Amino acid sequence: MSSSPAVPARPADAGRAAGDSPLLSTRGLVKRFGPVEALSAVDLDVLPGQVTALLGDNGAGKSTLIKTISGIHEADGGKVTWDGQPVRIRGPKDASALGIATVYQDLALCDNLDIVENMFLGREQVNRGLLDESTMEESAKRTLSDLSVTTVRSIRQPVGSLSGGQRQAVAVARAVMQNARLVIMDEPTAALGVAQTAMVLDLITTLRDRGIAVLLISHNLNDVFAVADRLAVLYLGRMAAQGPISEFDTQSAVHAITTGSRGGTDNDHAGIAGQKGTD
Amino acid sequence: MSTTENRQATAVVEEAALTGAPEATANSMGEYVRAWALRVRNGESGMLPVIAGLILIVVIFQTQSSVFLSAGNLTNLLVQGSTFILLGMAEVFVLLLGEIDLSIGYLAAIGAVVTVSMSSAPDNHPWWIAIIAGLAASAAIGMVQGALITRLKLPSFVVTLAGLLGLEGLLIFLADRWGGKNGGGTIRITNNIVNDLVNGNLSVAAGWIIMAVAVAAFAAFSLVRDRRRRAAGLVVGPPALTLLKILLAAVAGIALVAICNTNRGRLIALRGVPWVVLVVLGVLAIWTVLLGRTRFGRYIYAIGGNAEAARRAGINLGRIRLAAFSLAGLTAGIAGVIYASRLGSISNNVDGGQLVLYAVAAAVIGGTSLFGGRGKMIHAVVGGLVIATIYNGMGLLGLSAATQYMVTALVLLAAVTVDALARRNTTSK
Repeated sequence: MSSSPAVPARPADAGRAAGDSPLLSTRGLVKRFGPVEALSAVDLDVLPGQVTALLGDNGAGKSTLIKTISGIHEADGGKVTWDGQPVRIRGPKDASALGIATVYQDLALCDNLDIVENMFLGREQVNRGLLDESTMEESAKRTLSDLSVTTVRSIRQPVGSLSGGQRQAVAVARAVMQNARLVIMDEPTAALGVAQTAMVLDLITTLRDRGIAVLLISHNLNDVFAVADRLAVLYLGRMAAQGPISEFDTQSAVHAITTGSRGGTDNDHAGIAGQKGTD
Repeated sequence: MSTTENRQATAVVEEAALTGAPEATANSMGEYVRAWALRVRNGESGMLPVIAGLILIVVIFQTQSSVFLSAGNLTNLLVQGSTFILLGMAEVFVLLLGEIDLSIGYLAAIGAVVTVSMSSAPDNHPWWIAIIAGLAASAAIGMVQGALITRLKLPSFVVTLAGLLGLEGLLIFLADRWGGKNGGGTIRITNNIVNDLVNGNLSVAAGWIIMAVAVAAFAAFSLVRDRRRRAAGLVVGPPALTLLKILLAAVAGIALVAICNTNRGRLIALRGVPWVVLVVLGVLAIWTVLLGRTRFGRYIYAIGGNAEAARRAGINLGRIRLAAFSLAGLTAGIAGVIYASRLGSISNNVDGGQLVLYAVAAAVIGGTSLFGGRGKMIHAVVGGLVIATIYNGMGLLGLSAATQYMVTALVLLAAVTVDALARRNTTSK
């Protein structure tokens, strides 16, 4: 998997032409937990080579939706198509076989292992029974430089000694090395400072430029408007609004998040929301 | 993340780079020393304090008893230490997972009683069949305990505590039964090879030749690997460091063989490297490769570091844990055979409770973490030598068992404190 270029090298704008068919789309996706319907008939489109921001208030169903897409929950109804083909995602293995990689908020890294060891965890290259450290180190190095991650001084330092943004970068590089075509990121900037956040946003842009689709969950509208190409807003388990970022501004996005309706002509809401959005 | 980090983002990046393994971040010897000094300040001091402590203990004992540094006593110390070292290596497998095995002392005794009774009169099976059977018995019991821990999700502390009690019972039963009516619960070793594992010596020439070959192999391996990695543009330590390591290995090897080859007999000449030294070095080499260079070893570290991350990476946690407990049992079996060989017999009054404490102490004193994810096989060697030195030196000074226990306890407490402080420093960053 790593003797080929670590990051699929596509022309930068290959996936971004208008009218391109979605990489992933869900139609009428339903997920119930007992009597609670966490997702009711959700239609979501994720386009290749675009950053789709998934917004919604707490409890709107964002986490349930990404867990359903990444196979942690199995959907109770609805259809999922991948590259135009209908697929069923029954478990995390199905999702990663399709090329869906999820970077969770807790990142799932081993602090005691170094960057290379973390990037290859579970998929180590072996030569005559022994770990092939040189090959792994070379492709890890290539992947990181393809992603323009330059702040780490050595890829042989333990992940526990890295900053939050660098850890995020390692987790993303790990996903990219699995030849992911869709990277789902759950609140990647939630715990980061200004410089670290900028680094992660750059990373997201780099992924997009490589033709990889990104589904980004964030509460921070500044971040979302900085990198997203499309917005999808969930409200109480249904898709309240979805479309190119040009159709939204901060006020209308917040309006959709808080009321579940598109529009944004309601000045009261917009006013309150505007304050909230600049937090 | 604190707000200070935002303001000092670059400083943090710099610091983070420096707190990594010094080999990974340094290009010259000067940089290496600086990175290493920073790590020591951050509590990641590695084996330095324990080696300094060992030297201090040796100096104290030598000033109190001039016999301490004699060739005869040092060889004796190596032999005494071999049991602690092997038991410590057994414990490292489970400590790396963040688990513990309290039954290791009696696992060793069970392996010994099987090996001794099979190889000695009246059974007189070949030595190698007896040893394989003994090690298999220990490994199998370790595997059963591992299965209880992984399948039923019981805490390893409790399962192996039950093992400690149950196996002591089994040891008494087997030693009484196989020791015969007049054995009094003791089985004497009558097989020469099993006896010579500890009491036999290499010839003087063989000692030098094996040492030279081992050091040359280590040097060639290190230099070739360094050159290959440097040619490929990969992370590699400063060349002076590699040379220093080779030099230290050569000095240690020459000192070891020179000490063992000095005549230590009183009535007849007795010289040569005891076989047990080769056994310990062999086990050390194989287990070090297993932990450092194979998938299995990598997964042990991953599970100890972050079990959830390992699970999400598709690692079968149960299988790795089960194998680690089995290997701990196997290594304990080796320790047991060596223990019996030193005593010339195995009896029903082995103090497995004390042995397991020495095993944990050896691993932790050497630098293996009780909290999982950090440690190496070499730690058990250094820690085992510390314990053997205390044990041996206090014996020479004629100090009571009471003092010996209390001093060992203090050393163990000091080691655990260093471990806990190091851990707090890394997590509070």
